[in-house]
Amino acid sequence: MVALSIKELSKNFGSTEVLKKINLDIEEGSFLVLLGPSGCGKSTLLNIIAGLESIDEGAVFIDDYDVSKVEPKDRNIAMVFQSYALYPSMTVRENIIFGLKQAKTPKDKIEKQLEKVSNFLKVDGLLKRKPSQLSGGQRQRVAMGRALVREPRIFLFDEPLSNLDAKLRVEMRHEIKKLYTSLDTTMVYVTHDQIEAMSLASKIAVMNEGIIQQLGDPQEIYDQPNSLFVADFIGSPSMNFINGVLNKNSQSIIFTPNNENNVKLDLSHYNFKSSIEEGLKVVLGLRPEYVSNMQNNDNRNLSKISLKPTIIETTGFDKNVTFDFANTEIIGRFTPNSGVELNKEIDVYFDLSQTSIFDHQTELRL
Amino acid sequence: MSASTNIQYQKLEKRSRITNLLLRWFLYFVLALFAFYFIFPMYVMLVTSFKTMDEIRQGNLLTLPGQLNIESWAVAWGGRGYGAGDTYLRPYFWNSIKMVVPATFFSTFIGALTGYVLTKWRFKGDSWVFLFLLFGCFIPYQAILLPMARTLGVLGISNSIIGLVFVHSIYGIPFTTLFFRNYYVSIPNELIKAARIDGAGFFKIFFKILIPISAPIIVVTVIWQFTQIWNDFLFGATFSFGKAAPIQVALNNMVLSSTSVKEYNVDMASAIIAGFPTLIVYVLAGKYFIRGLTSGAVKG
Amino acid sequence: MLKWLEKNLPKIVLAPSVGLISWFVYGFILWTFYISFTNSKILPKYELWGVGQYVKLWGTRKWLIAVDNLLIFTVLFLVICIVIGVVLAIFLDQKIRAEGVLRTIYLYPMALSFIVTGTAWKWILNPTLGIEKLFVDMGFENFTFDWLVNREMAIYTIVIAGVWQSSGFVMALFLAGLRSIEDEIVKAAKIDGASLFTVYWKILIPMMRPVFFTSFVILVHISIKSYDLIVALTQGGPGISTTMPALFMTQTAFHKSQVGLSAASAMMMFMAVAAVIIPYLYSELRRENVS
Repeated sequence: MVALSIKELSKNFGSTEVLKKINLDIEEGSFLVLLGPSGCGKSTLLNIIAGLESIDEGAVFIDDYDVSKVEPKDRNIAMVFQSYALYPSMTVRENIIFGLKQAKTPKDKIEKQLEKVSNFLKVDGLLKRKPSQLSGGQRQRVAMGRALVREPRIFLFDEPLSNLDAKLRVEMRHEIKKLYTSLDTTMVYVTHDQIEAMSLASKIAVMNEGIIQQLGDPQEIYDQPNSLFVADFIGSPSMNFINGVLNKNSQSIIFTPNNENNVKLDLSHYNFKSSIEEGLKVVLGLRPEYVSNMQNNDNRNLSKISLKPTIIETTGFDKNVTFDFANTEIIGRFTPNSGVELNKEIDVYFDLSQTSIFDHQTELRL
Repeated sequence: MSASTNIQYQKLEKRSRITNLLLRWFLYFVLALFAFYFIFPMYVMLVTSFKTMDEIRQGNLLTLPGQLNIESWAVAWGGRGYGAGDTYLRPYFWNSIKMVVPATFFSTFIGALTGYVLTKWRFKGDSWVFLFLLFGCFIPYQAILLPMARTLGVLGISNSIIGLVFVHSIYGIPFTTLFFRNYYVSIPNELIKAARIDGAGFFKIFFKILIPISAPIIVVTVIWQFTQIWNDFLFGATFSFGKAAPIQVALNNMVLSSTSVKEYNVDMASAIIAGFPTLIVYVLAGKYFIRGLTSGAVKG
Repeated sequence: MLKWLEKNLPKIVLAPSVGLISWFVYGFILWTFYISFTNSKILPKYELWGVGQYVKLWGTRKWLIAVDNLLIFTVLFLVICIVIGVVLAIFLDQKIRAEGVLRTIYLYPMALSFIVTGTAWKWILNPTLGIEKLFVDMGFENFTFDWLVNREMAIYTIVIAGVWQSSGFVMALFLAGLRSIEDEIVKAAKIDGASLFTVYWKILIPMMRPVFFTSFVILVHISIKSYDLIVALTQGGPGISTTMPALFMTQTAFHKSQVGLSAASAMMMFMAVAAVIIPYLYSELRRENVS
């Protein structure tokens, strides 16, 4: 069933439209990530779901009830903040049970919940400490404990890992994933980090300038981005973009990159949404892993071009190699033993079975 | 969801809306009440200063004057024109100006230099020096009145404006140092290091680099010193009498002089004149005034 | 020579301030301290006399009244200023439309001198023409308000005027403190279901502990130094019923020509202030070094 539903939601701050007619349905038990750059409206949307911001137009439904005017405390939600927002003058124990006390929960239930949660998150040894005496990771866990103990219908996360250092971030990401798999509660998570989004989400909503650019599961968004923005935002190193023109004849559709009129890439296999006109200006998107030295001879969509590397970066398990092509820089991922050297021409294979083609003008997927 | 949950949600919605409205009204009521408490004396002073003594005796604190009678203002400022025994504020107003301007300048300048040294030319024990100076903010001046009175006498500047400038400049140093030190602490040291690499010396760095970006703290310090010195009574009353007195002393003398008839309207006009400069500074540059209060206090 | 000058320039520049303060603050206090142990009358004598002045001081009725008044005043002043300051700060923190105007109104008394304040309130509390007449005119025929000339009640008029002058300052401190708290904590509390009252009472006000401390220290300090306000409002009267240590000190030195006794009273004031300030400075500096 649908746990959370957003209908035609709009929000303005002064004269700026921060959210423009957002529509979103989230199935119960899914992990939705709102992903986007700063200012795209993701935090505002989260705050509106929580009831911390007012709505200008539209409505929010939790379990089919219109909660647009309901106070946060009555929405059956819990939230974990970027700065953890633990109450500094209270102990960890008091922090965690604060919400339950406000709801006048009976004492024995409070104790039971507290024990359950503190054991689960391994904060039982910290109960008597104050937040100032905790490390970053411990504070994060206490913040999650405070949210968990109320057994909410929906968990909200507002960039909870942004304040942590890289190593801790990976650890805590795993904790959150474990939490999700064991609890199976609906979660809505805001982040600007696409790696976080990809690893945690069951569904990602990529947002930009107040609208949802694409909603889908991680692999779908990775393989089939529906706009240039989404394609560029997801994936590291980012997707290669080559400007060019599509020509069609009776048998095939050929892509010619600008400034490389000798190169003709056969895109006949590509699943175009509608018929294309002759001479259409397009952008060819190809992820670095599909620009490589590896050849697989039964893949009929492989094109070979000879190029000279300008930059080589070693990552350990492969090499990121930069080439000048079609008046732009493209990056490929080569195996460590490929023998690639600076300025020495090498055969580069473009795996065209995995491309994305975008209309140059509308920037939408064709 | 079930119908009963729906009704629960509805009830919760309604309840929050009504209580919110009531709270809002209560809030504004209390705030207005306090606003009245704070404005009341100013209102009374103004209104009284424009009344005639008859109006004062017949009316009460709140009644407005029949017309704006400015006689009391003229008397408060320039007196009645008969020789001795006639005190009025004008000369003492100028005494205060002659005292405040130099004293503010000296104490601010010294404070800026001191703050500069303590933050950008660190040495072992400089925190102790700062503490040493800071203590001067807190001492009750009663503990130095006697020796200061003697010293001024010895220096030949007792009962003079110069004497008061001297006193205020010195006892302003702890405060001005506090302000500048706290401000300069948050200016990155890299700025100074870069200047030194470029070959700038001690004073050049101060005047060419630090001072140009010190505008906010200079304003705060000047406003603070101006207010403190203009409003001072203790030093003025102890170290001067008669002609060299600053305005607060003159005001107090005027109000206290129990001649036959008490002229409350003149008293009020005098009080407003004495309070006017600092009040104007506050109205125009209030946020700097507040910044001085809170930063000085909170940073300790 | 020039090199030495250059190297030590900072310390040389520092020397005037340090020198001036050493002499005119510490030196002078020591002098007063010394004199308090002599039998100086009109002029200072320098032969030590032991603790005679202190004995005399604590046997002087006027001084005892002054100390008693100081205690009453300080407690009331402190409590009322803080209560008003906190309440106003909390109320103003509620996104009020006229916040700027109200803040200006609450704080402007601090821009006035205590003499101006005292003069104004002296008129307002005037026994016949002030508040009393106001209420009588409004219909409360038997209303009296003669606190200003009433030996028992006069001290409370000083509280009224003092609170009027200084509560705005406490409000400014607390408002700044409240505003420095990031709003995520309030958001978390709202989600946890805390009512507005609970948010302030259980979360925000406990976080204001440093501000309480600062306000306490500063208000006590202002209180111990009270002089201008008393002079303007009551001159220490009626009689000596509102006299305070600062008044006592000045009068003994310059009107009663008892320099030694006056020095002793000044030192008592100094010690009272030191007892509050030194722990405060110590904890502030420790906090700064730790963070």
